Amino acid sequence: MKFVEKQAPDETLDLVCRMCPMHLLEPGDKIKCMKKGQILEVLTDYDGALDDIPAWCEKCGHEFIGMEEEDDCYKLYIRKAK
Amino acid sequence: MQIVYMDHAASTPVRREVLEEMLPFFQERFGNPSAIYDIGIDIKGVIEDQREKVANLIGAEAKEIVFTSSGAEANNLAVKGAVLANRKKGNHIIVSTIEHHSVLNAARFFERMMDYEVTFLPVNNYGLVDPQRLAELVREETVLVSIMHGNNEIGTIEPISGLAAICRDKGVLFHTDAVATVGNIPVNVKDLNVDMLSLTGPPLGAPKGIGALYFRSNTRLMPLIHGGIQEMGRRGGTENVPGIVGLGKAAELTLNELPEKTKHVKNLKDRLVSGIMDRIEEITYTGHPENRLPGHASFCIAAIEGEALLLMLNQAGIYANTGSACASKALKISPVLVAIGVPAEIAQGSIVFTLDRDNTAPEVDYILEKLPAVVERLRSFSPLWKKNI
Repeated sequence: MKFVEKQAPDETLDLVCRMCPMHLLEPGDKIKCMKKGQILEVLTDYDGALDDIPAWCEKCGHEFIGMEEEDDCYKLYIRKAK
Repeated sequence: MQIVYMDHAASTPVRREVLEEMLPFFQERFGNPSAIYDIGIDIKGVIEDQREKVANLIGAEAKEIVFTSSGAEANNLAVKGAVLANRKKGNHIIVSTIEHHSVLNAARFFERMMDYEVTFLPVNNYGLVDPQRLAELVREETVLVSIMHGNNEIGTIEPISGLAAICRDKGVLFHTDAVATVGNIPVNVKDLNVDMLSLTGPPLGAPKGIGALYFRSNTRLMPLIHGGIQEMGRRGGTENVPGIVGLGKAAELTLNELPEKTKHVKNLKDRLVSGIMDRIEEITYTGHPENRLPGHASFCIAAIEGEALLLMLNQAGIYANTGSACASKALKISPVLVAIGVPAEIAQGSIVFTLDRDNTAPEVDYILEKLPAVVERLRSFSPLWKKNI
């Protein structure tokens, strides 16, 4: 897992308390409305997202930038690639 | 025998237009909204249309509405969902003493099971919460304040926007149980300044078994029912599509008809209240005289028991209540009446009439004809009545 700091996201999706498969469905809907190159920040407390989101990015052709761990959630960063 | 139903806080008939809208969704349009084929996608679209209608009724955005099975579930989702989602912030909850049991017992659940502290905020003789007292009680560990919008036993409407503003300033989530108000008075979540608001179908003419919770965008909620993708992952379980369609249609009708309904039931209620107060001595009109639900008339009648009164009114074809529908079965003095300072012997004589759009002036007059005679009869053999002592 790649750890990053101080990213500047264009959009944030708060999925804390919501579990599988919302961590895969909602980023898909959100990123459709974003421009190429913009960064989506996903907040989640679901451990499964740490494997699923990078794999989802690879499958969909988006760049998984990395993650940051907060006190109450993980922050995962995705750059829209197409 | 004439039948007069004035217990609409307990139950209302489903409106004809609402039922007609619902019927196709039991058979012809039965698809599962989560399915990815046409007849599922169609139903998903229908649900989202209803979400928009419910949101419009209360000035919210569609994405801020989650459908539930009832107002009680909406209250539980608000209290338990918000407290669990914010468990790292603190362990203190504030609720008023006159909340519905679905709020009171949800808060007590944390007190008994999870080492939380619950503060029960007192009310005055009209049932009103004191904003200054709330401001004093909110502290750093407070995660949630829940104060109802309108009380179903005494009709009082709380000054929610001011109470919510106190919590907003202090960074504390504020929930209001608006089960008694949505469908009876205009309700706008932005004017009220609340983070969460519960509503239910029956006061709007929708069926039982459907309710909704408004939650301000980005309010974190732990689901009560974990499941799949329904309700954006906030409430598992295949959706009650006919119920949701009924609530949406009822919300649409209510938005258009509310001013007329409010005026109608208030006029009838005023006629009922003044008629009863003129005809029966030693009677107390409970709740706030002005800031109250327009179709709500509640009294305590000295030296009689409310249950006996209900049974005798029942024989005359009049259907009313002694308080909340569930509390009256427990034959227990209403905690709401205790909270507003009504002495126990007076609280026993509680009677509540809740009117709706189908009630009429002749029905009010029928009650005014029958009620005084029933009260006089009950008092004639009451050991508590002054003339018998």
